[in-house]
Amino acid sequence: MSTIEQEMVHAAEGGHHDDHELPFIRKYIFSTDHKMIAKQFLFVSLFFLVIGGLLAMMMRWQLGYPGEPMPGGMMLPDAMMAPTPDGAIMLPEFYNSLVTMHGTIMIFFAIMPLLVGLFGNLLIPLQIGAEDMAFPRLNMISFWLAVPAGILMLASFAVEGGAAGSGWTSYAPLSASGEWTGVYLGQQLWLASLTILGFSSLVGAVNYITTVINMRAPGMTWFRMPLPTWALFVTAILILLAIPVLAGALIMLLFDQTIGTGFFRPEVGGEPLLWQHLFWFFGHPEVYILILPAMGIASEVLSNRARKPIFGYHSMVMAIIGIGFLGWIVWGHHMFMSGMNPLLGTSFMISTMAIAVPSAIKTFNWLATIWKGDLHLDSPMLYALAFVSMFIIGGLSGIFMASTPVDIYIHDTYFIVAHIHYVLFGGSLFAIFAGITFWFPKMFGRMMNETLNKVHFGLTIVLYNLVFWPMHNLGLQGMMRRIYDFTQYEYLAPLQPMNQFISISVFLLVAAQSVYAFNFFWSIFRGEKASNNPWDSNTLEWTVPSPPPHGNFPEMPVVYRGPYEYSSPESETDFYPQTKPPSKPPVQELIPEPVTPTPEGF
Amino acid sequence: MNWSWMLPPSFSTVSGDIDGIYMVILWITGITFFITEGLLFYFIFKYRHKEGRKATYDHGSTKMEIAWTMVPLVIVLWIGAVSKGVWDTVKVDVPAAGLEVIVTGKQFEWTVTYPGPDGALGTSDDFETLNELHAPEDEAVVITLRSEDVLHSFFLPEMRIKQDAVPGRDITVWFEAIQPGDYTIGCAELCGIGHTTMGGTLTVYTAADFQAWSSSQAQQQQP
Amino acid sequence: MTTQAMTAGRAPMPGMKVYNLKLGMWIFLLSEVMFFTGLIGSYVILRFAHPEQFAEPGQVLNINLTAFNTFLLICSSVTMVKAYAAIQQGDQQGLKNWLLATIVIGASFVGVQVYEYIALAGEGFVPMAEAYHAVGRHMPHDGPAIGGQLYGSTFYTMTGFHGTHVSIGVLCLCFTYWRAAKGAYTADSLGGVEIMGLYWHFVDLVWIILFTIVYLI
Repeated sequence: MSTIEQEMVHAAEGGHHDDHELPFIRKYIFSTDHKMIAKQFLFVSLFFLVIGGLLAMMMRWQLGYPGEPMPGGMMLPDAMMAPTPDGAIMLPEFYNSLVTMHGTIMIFFAIMPLLVGLFGNLLIPLQIGAEDMAFPRLNMISFWLAVPAGILMLASFAVEGGAAGSGWTSYAPLSASGEWTGVYLGQQLWLASLTILGFSSLVGAVNYITTVINMRAPGMTWFRMPLPTWALFVTAILILLAIPVLAGALIMLLFDQTIGTGFFRPEVGGEPLLWQHLFWFFGHPEVYILILPAMGIASEVLSNRARKPIFGYHSMVMAIIGIGFLGWIVWGHHMFMSGMNPLLGTSFMISTMAIAVPSAIKTFNWLATIWKGDLHLDSPMLYALAFVSMFIIGGLSGIFMASTPVDIYIHDTYFIVAHIHYVLFGGSLFAIFAGITFWFPKMFGRMMNETLNKVHFGLTIVLYNLVFWPMHNLGLQGMMRRIYDFTQYEYLAPLQPMNQFISISVFLLVAAQSVYAFNFFWSIFRGEKASNNPWDSNTLEWTVPSPPPHGNFPEMPVVYRGPYEYSSPESETDFYPQTKPPSKPPVQELIPEPVTPTPEGF
Repeated sequence: MNWSWMLPPSFSTVSGDIDGIYMVILWITGITFFITEGLLFYFIFKYRHKEGRKATYDHGSTKMEIAWTMVPLVIVLWIGAVSKGVWDTVKVDVPAAGLEVIVTGKQFEWTVTYPGPDGALGTSDDFETLNELHAPEDEAVVITLRSEDVLHSFFLPEMRIKQDAVPGRDITVWFEAIQPGDYTIGCAELCGIGHTTMGGTLTVYTAADFQAWSSSQAQQQQP
Repeated sequence: MTTQAMTAGRAPMPGMKVYNLKLGMWIFLLSEVMFFTGLIGSYVILRFAHPEQFAEPGQVLNINLTAFNTFLLICSSVTMVKAYAAIQQGDQQGLKNWLLATIVIGASFVGVQVYEYIALAGEGFVPMAEAYHAVGRHMPHDGPAIGGQLYGSTFYTMTGFHGTHVSIGVLCLCFTYWRAAKGAYTADSLGGVEIMGLYWHFVDLVWIILFTIVYLI
């Protein structure tokens, strides 16, 4: 039998093997089961989410109470907080590190591994009807590369000179030589950590793409895949092609820092703008990596909780692909003020304006999905609706900065910070809350407590807006980013009360997250036990037990229809699972004809 | 606390145009915001689950897809088109200079070099100020922007001017102030530990007052 | 038994046209294309921005030696093809022999590159920008430096990463050889050899592009 025939037979036999119990270390530590790896990413990412939040709280202390001793500050080293008789006051070098590390950790070690590491691993094999990923051992390697990357990143706080302090964007020449910041090893560890993390993401992407192309169950044609899988598939392609460019740039910058090469150092003929072009060529696809899976999750939850097909499924898929494609030609909009040729400014503005359109299409389709639906307003639905609402704000604010003349004023101000956080927190993080709540029973066999989630939702949606909405106003008043003490500028001194207001809201917002954290851990042990399909959903993961056994499906599923057949007249209930055979014999073309696999080789 | 979405006052020949584009975008996004969020909340309220409610089995509408693709596309491309004109005025079409200066950023200060009585830069009668830019009103001030070390960004908020200073490059940026007064110079690109201290003052004079200031500076700074 | 019988007459999986390992390798190679595009693209940009920092072909770099090395690498691609052809016929001994030949030639390529680096460094052609002082071939050793600091930085980074990929390839080939020695590959089960071949040919192709851009232009 050829390799391809072997693989098909293996898949058809279903996941009945490995019935013997694995030892603890193979089951929980070095697992090759995609569901366990998903949970590993989940726990590690939640840890980094908390760290990222703590870093933000410290930043906001300095901005809300500039120059005042910070509670708990005396515990930190003198290099970070200057000791005085009244307590410890934050030093500007530590503030710059906080800004840098908050962004870096949230983007690379929290949001990305949650959306791609958790949901990619959890959902892709289950939603397409596969027993696991195409390369389970490579999947394990992907997680275990992320861990040392995280350790290096945290360790950089402890070295002499402190953690990297040139922003998560690490612009050269500031980042190319420690002489400009006093940070040497910290910056190098930052570069090494992200390079290793890049490998982790890259092998994950190879796995996801191969799995989605090759391992869909019979009947699972491309246009019957659920939207989370579509979104994660396109996201994986973005990772595959963007991360290597970042890796090259990180390595070149690391060489500038350590060996003394001259790529980005103008004093020896290097080009600072080359760093920006390389970084943003990666960086713009990166932000779509951070939003596309969230969009997929939101689509799934909205359709299910509205008991209504997703409106415009094909358009939704085309919009995902459109965003993925257009995302490669807009990077210059981060560089309008960089000194790049102004004619390029115009061309990047046009492509940037164009990319607003697929996001608009998706938003209108979400609205049309809930229109005339039967909306069950439980907590996953509330989080998903908040995603849409906040994403509208984040998306619309983007139009201001896409316009080159307006960007002259708002570039590098808090208006940009507001935009970033409306799409990343209002968007991605709310979708993550929706997704964790929705798929919690599938992961842990229990439901999260609904009342606690509603309390968390209410607190978070209000406090979050109190934090980030005023940042639009701060930016419009001219407050710059990454600024240790804005009161040094006379025209910004009147913004002190608003900054304090935001800081207090942040402290409360972070505190409110403890409700979700408590609910999360309590429910793992004490939550109400969950059935196979507590949400009456159509997709394949809900046809197997919660949690699914190793190998997922007892025999290979066969798919008869798309994933969003809610309230269909052909079903007695308001849902119609993808794998339920139709009561009448299906039209012949719905079941594909068996074909002979092509022989391998050319 | 200032919750207004209006921009603070501005005082250059281009700031009216820039603020105008901002207002156009504010109107368009504002109306869109109210319509979409309004529909969202209305649908949540109207279609919330009640005993006996059934959702409509509706997969979509090609006509709607076309409509809500084309309308946003036309709107955003129109915004782009009107933006281009203002962008070209500010960044591409540099006017003939009434006053030429060199602004050099370095950690953590701005040095401004003026041409002196002979009116030419790069001659021995040039003089400098630190963290101060003095300029006459109603004349195009054309700046050659430099950096000695890392990236900085020369920001004149009330003139609606911003341009990154890149070491190894000379970048041209210009403005024309329309009213005398004291304004802000800021650094808008993280440049290290002292980034927060890189502020300065832009002082705009009447033409005559500027002449007077310029002559006295030139005299003071001669050896 | 037909595949259809073994899959119990069910419809086949709609996607699987090429087996997993091979599809995965092609996808991985796409990412490698992006990696080298980033490095080579940076070189091209820097060279256009500062042409005086680079040298004419042959002034500093040894084209003859590297042309020979290019020939070696192409030979190793031929031996790799022969190895794959052997196992397609079920010839396990042939597979082992041709794999061994590929390993030896591949390792020689790396060896020649190391020798080249040492010779160049001796002539002042180093990646460290401040220490760069390339005096070039057949030039007086107390003459002015040819080219500038960016030349060393870009040269060593591009060719060094390529050399690293070759080295990793040689190690993987050794692993493939070890498995071949245990009889793991047959005419029906030769995916591991095929994907090794794909990687090896890719590395060869990158070298041809690199050699042209870096040495000949």
